Amino acid sequence: MAYSEKVIDHYQNPKNVGTLDKASKSVGTGLVGAPECGDVMRLQIEVNHETGMITDAKFKTFGCGSAIASSSLATEWLKGKSVDEALKIDNMSIVEELNLPPVKIHCSVLAEDAIKAAINDYREKNGMEKIKFEESVIH
Amino acid sequence: MLKLPIYLDNNATTPMDPRVLEAMTPYFLQHFGNAASRNHPFGWEAEEAVDYAREQVAKLIGADPKEIIFTSGATEADNLGIKGIFEMYASKGNHIITATTEHKAVLDTCKHIEKQGGEVTYLQVKPDGLIDLAELEAAIKPTTILIAIMYANNEIGTVMPIKEISAIARKHGVLVFTDATQAVGKIPVDVNKDGIDLMSFTAHKMYGPKGVGALYVRRKNPRVKVTAQMDGGGHERGMRSGTLNVPGIVGFGKACELCMLDMEADTLHIIKLRDKLETELLKLEEAYVNGSREHRLPHVANISFKHVEGEGLLMGFNKNIALSSGSACTSASLEPSYVLKALGLGDDLAHSSLRFGLSRFTTEEEIDYTIKAISDTVLKLREMSPLWEMYKEGIDLDSIEWAAH
Repeated sequence: MAYSEKVIDHYQNPKNVGTLDKASKSVGTGLVGAPECGDVMRLQIEVNHETGMITDAKFKTFGCGSAIASSSLATEWLKGKSVDEALKIDNMSIVEELNLPPVKIHCSVLAEDAIKAAINDYREKNGMEKIKFEESVIH
Repeated sequence: MLKLPIYLDNNATTPMDPRVLEAMTPYFLQHFGNAASRNHPFGWEAEEAVDYAREQVAKLIGADPKEIIFTSGATEADNLGIKGIFEMYASKGNHIITATTEHKAVLDTCKHIEKQGGEVTYLQVKPDGLIDLAELEAAIKPTTILIAIMYANNEIGTVMPIKEISAIARKHGVLVFTDATQAVGKIPVDVNKDGIDLMSFTAHKMYGPKGVGALYVRRKNPRVKVTAQMDGGGHERGMRSGTLNVPGIVGFGKACELCMLDMEADTLHIIKLRDKLETELLKLEEAYVNGSREHRLPHVANISFKHVEGEGLLMGFNKNIALSSGSACTSASLEPSYVLKALGLGDDLAHSSLRFGLSRFTTEEEIDYTIKAISDTVLKLREMSPLWEMYKEGIDLDSIEWAAH
């Protein structure tokens, strides 16, 4: 299977690999996937309480090139967005941007789930109610 | 000079040896006859070439040439051997014993037989990939007609105790079929010393052409017969109809002859390189060899690099190194290798595996390049693996409740 140029680029030069302090109140962490399934994504956001803007985003991913690229792209998109805007990122825009083939769509779903999980973790830490999301269909 | 890409997927197929191609060439344009044409020189030449190749093939496995049935490859030979015995010996029984780590060509054939009213026992393997001989013996019943256990596994290279298996089979009057696709030409295989009644193998795994293989069918002690699976002109003593692939068979014969001549030198060369590759890669933390290291083909190494995913790993170098992974992601099914899972490996380790298959053409330079490329990629991917970070922090990954997909 041939990868798209964009997937290869993210794989070779991943953006925002790393770890934020998960104990910090301004950091939300989302850990999704499972080792048995061959993909685990951890996505973290740092939020400015006053402005509600995402000031930093980091990821670490265990998975194939498409999973790495999906999470790398997600962190790029998250930075500079407000939390509300971040909630609007959906997996199909990741699929389109990276030209993921059908067999790799689950990688983009995982990235979307990781974003939502990170936002909910941030909300919970700061006394806000968790947002209830519809279950992903693909899992 | 190192030439890229490097080919280390020799369990999938081997490059052809130029000496094989040379032997085949005249049989395309010049001696193109049908080996079954009995009444003119074109046919005679073709038949003579096939007879000679049959001798070369038989010699490599210690068989009589009359015991070689040419087929289109190992899959066909597996089908013919197993279905052919099931049908031919129906009056004697309907039970077959095999193992969970067999190739799909054997497993799916067995499933087909189950649908036809046969009964199949699938033996589990031990963590080293070998079957338990006591379990095998205990599985034999009065209705057992065949034990089908592979000579060596295609994913992990584990070599089964065929002699011991056939001794048990003999004791109970059961026939032994073995898929020796990965073993023939690589390690000494002798149908008499090993007590094999039927054996499948193929040319393209031993530097020969694709599209030609063979089923060995024992003629003496006992005389074994299989029911043909294709109707037609009654070629190959009535067991396999279809015009013989003369150039392919000539190439197969030559490949067998070369394997016999070169086996010792090839093995020395390959083992040295395989061991170097393995020793160096095992210097990485949390790297494990899958399957028995003691009972193993000389050219195979299957290694798991914990906390990195196989397909992601391959992507780091697959433009330059051809390898295969036990990871699900390389297949459409999203299921990791059933062979690795049968060893009791967790899905995570199965997802993290690479299979190396060396050949007589592999060079030390290629192995050095591979060691470096893989080590670098493993380290790079671990830097971005959340599992590796957790492992390093001493977190027990099994204690985490993963959101299962």
